[in-house]
Amino acid sequence: MSDKRDITLTVNNRSYSIRVEPRRTLVDAIREDCGQTGTHIGCEHGVCGACTVLVDGAPVRACLMFAVQAANKEIRTVEGLGSVDNLNPLQRAFMEHHALQCGFCTPGFLMLVTGVLEREPDIGDDELIDVLASNLCRCTGYQNIIKAVRAVAHDMRQARSNASA
Amino acid sequence: MSGKLIGRSVTRLEDPPLLTGAGRFAADVSFPHQLHMRIVRSSYAHARLLAINTKQARALPGVYAVWTAGDVAHVPPIDFRLTRVDGLEHYRQHVLATDRLRYVGEPVAAVFADDPYVAEDAADLVEVDAEELTPLLRADQEPGEFAPARRTEPAIVHKEYGDVDAAFRAAHTVITLDLAIGRHSGVPLETRGAIARHDRARDVLELHGAAKVPHWNRDQIARMLGRAPASVQLYEGHVGGGFGIRGELYPEDLLVCVAALAFGRPVKWIEDRREHLIAANHSRQQTHHVHAAVDAAGRILAIDNAFFHDQGAYVRTHAATVPDLAAAMLPGPYRVPAYRAVGHIRLTNKTPCGTYRAPGRFESTFVRERVLDAIAAQLKIDPIEVRRRNLIGASEMPFRRPLDTLGTEIVLDSGDYARLLDRTLKAIQWDGVRQQLEARRRAGEFVGAGIALFVEKSGLGPFDQVHVTVDTSGAVEVVTGAASVGQGVETVIAQICGEVLGVNYTKIRVVHGQTDRIAHGLGAFASRVTVMTGEATRIAASKVRAKAIETAAELLQAPADALDIVDGRVVRAGVAVGPSIALGDIARALAPTANPRPREPGLSAEGWFHANHMTYPYGVHVAVVAIDRDTGAVGVERYLVAYDIGRAVNPMLVEGQIVGGFVQGLGGALFEEFLYDERGEPICVTFADYLMPSAREAPRTEVLITEDAPSPLNALGVKGAGEGGANAVGAALAAAIDDAIGRPGAVTQLPITPRRLRELLRES
Repeated sequence: MSDKRDITLTVNNRSYSIRVEPRRTLVDAIREDCGQTGTHIGCEHGVCGACTVLVDGAPVRACLMFAVQAANKEIRTVEGLGSVDNLNPLQRAFMEHHALQCGFCTPGFLMLVTGVLEREPDIGDDELIDVLASNLCRCTGYQNIIKAVRAVAHDMRQARSNASA
Repeated sequence: MSGKLIGRSVTRLEDPPLLTGAGRFAADVSFPHQLHMRIVRSSYAHARLLAINTKQARALPGVYAVWTAGDVAHVPPIDFRLTRVDGLEHYRQHVLATDRLRYVGEPVAAVFADDPYVAEDAADLVEVDAEELTPLLRADQEPGEFAPARRTEPAIVHKEYGDVDAAFRAAHTVITLDLAIGRHSGVPLETRGAIARHDRARDVLELHGAAKVPHWNRDQIARMLGRAPASVQLYEGHVGGGFGIRGELYPEDLLVCVAALAFGRPVKWIEDRREHLIAANHSRQQTHHVHAAVDAAGRILAIDNAFFHDQGAYVRTHAATVPDLAAAMLPGPYRVPAYRAVGHIRLTNKTPCGTYRAPGRFESTFVRERVLDAIAAQLKIDPIEVRRRNLIGASEMPFRRPLDTLGTEIVLDSGDYARLLDRTLKAIQWDGVRQQLEARRRAGEFVGAGIALFVEKSGLGPFDQVHVTVDTSGAVEVVTGAASVGQGVETVIAQICGEVLGVNYTKIRVVHGQTDRIAHGLGAFASRVTVMTGEATRIAASKVRAKAIETAAELLQAPADALDIVDGRVVRAGVAVGPSIALGDIARALAPTANPRPREPGLSAEGWFHANHMTYPYGVHVAVVAIDRDTGAVGVERYLVAYDIGRAVNPMLVEGQIVGGFVQGLGGALFEEFLYDERGEPICVTFADYLMPSAREAPRTEVLITEDAPSPLNALGVKGAGEGGANAVGAALAAAIDDAIGRPGAVTQLPITPRRLRELLRES
């Protein structure tokens, strides 16, 4: 298991040249080799979605992908969203709607929603629930997550229709 | 913003770091040269341990050590934190198994390696030789042998008052029910983790990843390892959900500490999800055999309940807490003139159990409300009316129930139960709901509604201690021995401190869960923090306020009673302009180097709050369900939780607690269940088998927060809000499902899975 490979991971536009075993999961590489610990590990079998990151724009369970598979792809994590002093609209909506309690699942939800709204800005309310049902939260009971995401989706649609009007 | 803060739904101080990936959860803590620990766990439910071969594992490059029980023989078993009962001490768990294996998941050996992947490889190479024994898997069958001359029933919880037998002799009707609650647990999204480091320069053992009860755990670890408490410090970072399970002292916490001391290197352990589902505390599993004596009008004369509590393989830190609470809290909001509960604590060859949100109450509310529904059905009285006839009246408060739990007498401190019932029925428009359901049932739909009432408990003492300090920049620090499990402690405590002190809550830093910052602390459990820490904070902040105003009066040459604190400045009350002084400047004037030298340096104070009794919030759950006859699935169309918590410090956070608790209760009522095969092999070891609700299963929840009955036991009148959302979900859904299928009393077991519901539908 010691034959390590040299790869380059691009996380939030920053390149990390790392040496990993082929079996090393992407989430371990992001956390331990790139030092970006905002992406969390909740189940390691692809159910809870806490480790969701965007790989070339698509939400991916980083526990189910090997780091070597993500070499030379664009990886985005929660650290690439807004900062503490400048939260982005989705982060702000989570705060205003109290869509997080312990906050462990939150980065996964933020990346899931970011990826989905970028690809399907016109996603319907019911479809949105199907999307959100792919991640688990144990604190909030989901209602405030749904409210926050709907509010952001609504604002995005509003902004686009204002821009095109 | 300062001014009025208590009662406002302000956004949380906790959120910005958590939203930006800056949180520090257990797995995010690392130290240079750390070793990674991996636990080898029993694959037997019950076996005699014959030999452990670690040779191959030790030979793997990168492996530092492999330990078995002999390496930790000096570590005593983990002791009880609450509800110690004589006889239980023989059933405590050692950190590594000695001669018997008693559940699948029991720690047998510990591997330490430079890399977590290597540690896991090595753990697979450890060979455990054991002789399989017959497992005991049911708590309500004949007890077996735990160890030579030790039965698997270590103790019985017995609570009784009044003349129960006479009441049954005089009864018009006797209700008899056999009920069961399934095995499920809190399952926080963050698994457990522990990172120990021995700072040899200072001879301090540090444990990171602490949660819930850091001070108690510190004292225990110190005692178990023969160290002075001051040489052991625990540090709580972010905690990814608590729910009762996380933060109790477990074998793995001790193992990393002992290893860090022995190896002189930091030792990190992060649990994986399979381990969590078989090794961290389970909860809830009980069977109840309840009898109720009632008169012709449906009034309860007595309840006599025998129950069997499935404790799993060992008695852990909670000792008899869960069965004790089940027995003590079962009477709920009703007048029960005579009462007997006999709770058999039984060991089985399954994962050991502890508490889970509303421990003993989720269970006993299900039992009690099933009894109320059965009385209604048998005597043909409306279920609401039968409850009304039995409710304790507002004029009877405070109501002393001749029972005790958690070392306190049960005195229901305040409440107007009938009023909350009225408000609930009005909020959901109960009569209209009933009529609509009736019409839909006539049209062939399987729809129904159910209601359940409950009393919670909160604010367990006996004390809390808080330090409030204003520094020379005007920043305020509150240091508490409470803990945060993600519920918003920092925000709520900052709101209370900010309102009292006249400071914007966003300027207040709340430090919790750090044993080196404050001498005493009881942590976060039993919905205690807002009540106990909140009141201690109010007391400390009041002292700081008085000191600031007294000092400012001298500096401003104004009478103290003419001064107020607004936005961190002492001003003349009610005067828009005029001389003022910032709290930071007052702190400077109180510095030990100031001239003139202050009588007592520092703009700071300590607050203590002591309480011998708990506060008792109360609530009502209403469920409206539609059942799919083909699949047996239960669709929750409406769900309302009404909860009187005396006073809500932050209603948004209270609502968050209620909705989150409700969805956890929903999981336990409909989906979640730790199942075992006949050899005691756990079947639910992934999130594909242990089914927690997702956004698709969680219905929109209506929440009615009321403040009709402030607690007389603290100045703010608050009661805890953490557990009422979960408490009555099984009870309300059971009633609604009975109603939907037209069979009163049909539901006798939780969770009500599609398979069980289809069986009920086939029977009817």
